[in-house]
Amino acid sequence: MIPEIGHFALVLAFAVSICLAVFPLYGYLTSQDGFCATAKPLALMQGLALAVAFGVLMYGFLAHDFSVKYVADNSNLDLPWHFRMSAVWGAHEGSLLLWALILAFWGVAVALFSRGIPDHMSALVLSVMGMISVGFLAFMLFTSNPFVRILPFAPGNGADLNPLLQDPGLIFHPPMLYMGYVGLSVAFAFAMASLISGQLDATWARWSRPWTTVAWAFLTLGIALGSWWAYYELGWGGWWFWDPVENASLIPWLVATALMHSLAVTEKRGLFRSWTLLLAIAAFSLSLLGTFLVRSGVLTSVHAFANDPERGVFILGFLVIVIGGSLTLYALRAGKVSEPGEFGWISRESFLLFNNLVLTVMAVSVLLGTLYPLLVDAVGGGKVSVGPPFFNAVFVPLTAILISGMAFGPLAKWRQSDDPKLYRPLIITLIVSVLVGLGWPSLLAGSYSISTAIGVTMALWLAIATVVDFKKKVGLYGGLTTTLARVEKGMIGMWFAHFGLAVMILGVVMVENHTEHRDLRMGVGDAQRLGNYNVRMTDLAVINGPNYVADQATFEIYEDDQLFKTVTPQKRRYDASGMVMTEASIDSGLMRDLYIAMGEPLGDGDWAVRLSVKPFVDWIWAGAFLMGLGGFISIMDRRYRQKLEVKKDEASGEEAPA
Amino acid sequence: MNPKRKQRLLIILGLVSGLGIAVGLVMYALSQNINLFFTPTQIAKGEAPSAQMIRVGGMVADGTVDRDPQSLKVAFDVTDFDHNVRVTYEGILPDLFREGQGVVVQGRIHSGQFVASEVLAKHDENYMPPEVTEALRQSGKLDQMMGGQK
Repeated sequence: MIPEIGHFALVLAFAVSICLAVFPLYGYLTSQDGFCATAKPLALMQGLALAVAFGVLMYGFLAHDFSVKYVADNSNLDLPWHFRMSAVWGAHEGSLLLWALILAFWGVAVALFSRGIPDHMSALVLSVMGMISVGFLAFMLFTSNPFVRILPFAPGNGADLNPLLQDPGLIFHPPMLYMGYVGLSVAFAFAMASLISGQLDATWARWSRPWTTVAWAFLTLGIALGSWWAYYELGWGGWWFWDPVENASLIPWLVATALMHSLAVTEKRGLFRSWTLLLAIAAFSLSLLGTFLVRSGVLTSVHAFANDPERGVFILGFLVIVIGGSLTLYALRAGKVSEPGEFGWISRESFLLFNNLVLTVMAVSVLLGTLYPLLVDAVGGGKVSVGPPFFNAVFVPLTAILISGMAFGPLAKWRQSDDPKLYRPLIITLIVSVLVGLGWPSLLAGSYSISTAIGVTMALWLAIATVVDFKKKVGLYGGLTTTLARVEKGMIGMWFAHFGLAVMILGVVMVENHTEHRDLRMGVGDAQRLGNYNVRMTDLAVINGPNYVADQATFEIYEDDQLFKTVTPQKRRYDASGMVMTEASIDSGLMRDLYIAMGEPLGDGDWAVRLSVKPFVDWIWAGAFLMGLGGFISIMDRRYRQKLEVKKDEASGEEAPA
Repeated sequence: MNPKRKQRLLIILGLVSGLGIAVGLVMYALSQNINLFFTPTQIAKGEAPSAQMIRVGGMVADGTVDRDPQSLKVAFDVTDFDHNVRVTYEGILPDLFREGQGVVVQGRIHSGQFVASEVLAKHDENYMPPEVTEALRQSGKLDQMMGGQK
């Protein structure tokens, strides 16, 4: 009975989403305020219905209702309760339900926090979001219903959740990532609403800016969490694999980053209007493309599971409608967009244009590399794959180009900024970063690495330039506390994000160039040298977990003959599925991680063992965390919560964040 | 031409040529870095180039996995049930590597043997990498395989 309530709520949400897609738009086109006014209540109702559906599915997992096929496929009596909760989005149907719930959540947020926006505008925005919702709910109801039941003979026990997913990573990574993916729909909806209404001045940029920033921040954290999860759970110590599905999240991230920066120009200076609209369309379309790639199984990927081709066709059709429809509307209206104002060749605008160009090229390159195997296959060129060498060859130099500009941009002024005095602090920045960068590799063991020198120089260049900009603002405002209180929050957010990127780059450079890594055969009593440590295997045991049996090795790590730490990596075999999983032991530290994992038994009590020292690896995620934090700080700005004022001429622009 | 128009024209020209160069370089990098896929039958017929990085997919043939007792060296046959390819590898095999499971190996052919630098087996037991499905379809053994597995 209870699953039927969830099913009913899902159908109800579908019906409500159709109303939401149609009524406000109809009201707008026929100038009937009554119809426009239905938008907010409908958005709230849709959110409520989906929350009920989601709650029912979660109840099914918690109460072991194996008559629900989705629960039976992805849960088990022995599965701990917190994994049963996250198992709700552990497979296809449930993750779509989470997608739809988060889309509805963003709709509710727009309905509640759009008081400063004219009613017809918020009605249009919610209507566009309703249309997206119709597509996803139809997809779910017709191809992927999570409430399908196995009756009358429900199984007594479930097949268990994929052991890879039995990890706290599943609790946080997908919801965060979806908040980002789906959050980009708000920027998309604002862009569409302004195209429909023809109100193509810069005001829509101001409205959609905080939404874009917060979606970007979630996306940043979501990707970083996924990378961290891969590192300790399934990646054998790698942190990024250029897997198609990783790329599918990176591409919208790159475009959203460009969008955030171009929105700044559009809001502050009224420039780049049509370009910003195009980016808003592209960012969300690419996150839909990502969903398609993940869900259709057309690409070989760790995220791809056995799939139904019918689903791929449905999403592809939806993708064509969304992208085709939005681009058609854009083509019809973009000609009417005026671009008032001008800017000098060296100005904050020109640096942001440069930023947008580089980020777009990055996104296009990753997209080409990801889709290339599909394109070749489609024209009958056989099966090919594109590996990390391609992505590294393209991505690394582009990042270097991007960073070289990131030092200048924040120091530049709007309109015209060719006074060399402005950039003078960068001379010292350059000298310090080059000297330290060149010296850095000689402090490390092994031969001198020129790529480390370049990478460290880049990271320092960006970090020091960010600090220089910060100190300059403190000087202008006359004190740290006044600065923090009076400067736009977006500026503080930018400092965090840019500094975070520098931290991340340092981590990437060190891990990629200086990881010490060995695969060995080891038995009890064997010892190995690893960096400054001695690692000795002292014991092998069999451990019984709640729903698995594990072979567990005990390793003692010695530093200068002193016992530093004892770790116990495991090789688990899960009872229900028979799947084998590696649980690595990681000793994390500021300067390095020690990584020990068990491979496979080799007979005679020996095991294949992987030992690694990964310098600065945690800096990668710390940097990403700072970037996400920067995004959240930006939206705290009081400006965004004030009633919409008549837009003042903000020509001075000195305090504007970029 | 007024200066604003001129600036816009220059920017657009710059963007277009910049993007053109970028796409050109990307396509060049792509052509240098793709790994072609071959089936065991194609390799047995000598259709695969030697000393170039390629991928091979199929099933790990039963009873062919040999381990070196001293090191992490391992050798096994990858089969599409028409032909086998002997693969050698040194390193840790993925958790789901087993006889009778689908794998994709990446590496080079050296004097008749396939030396793998990477062995990929998927994380979901029911999931078959598309390349392996393709290899089995070409050898006409897909139905038999699917019937046998489930």
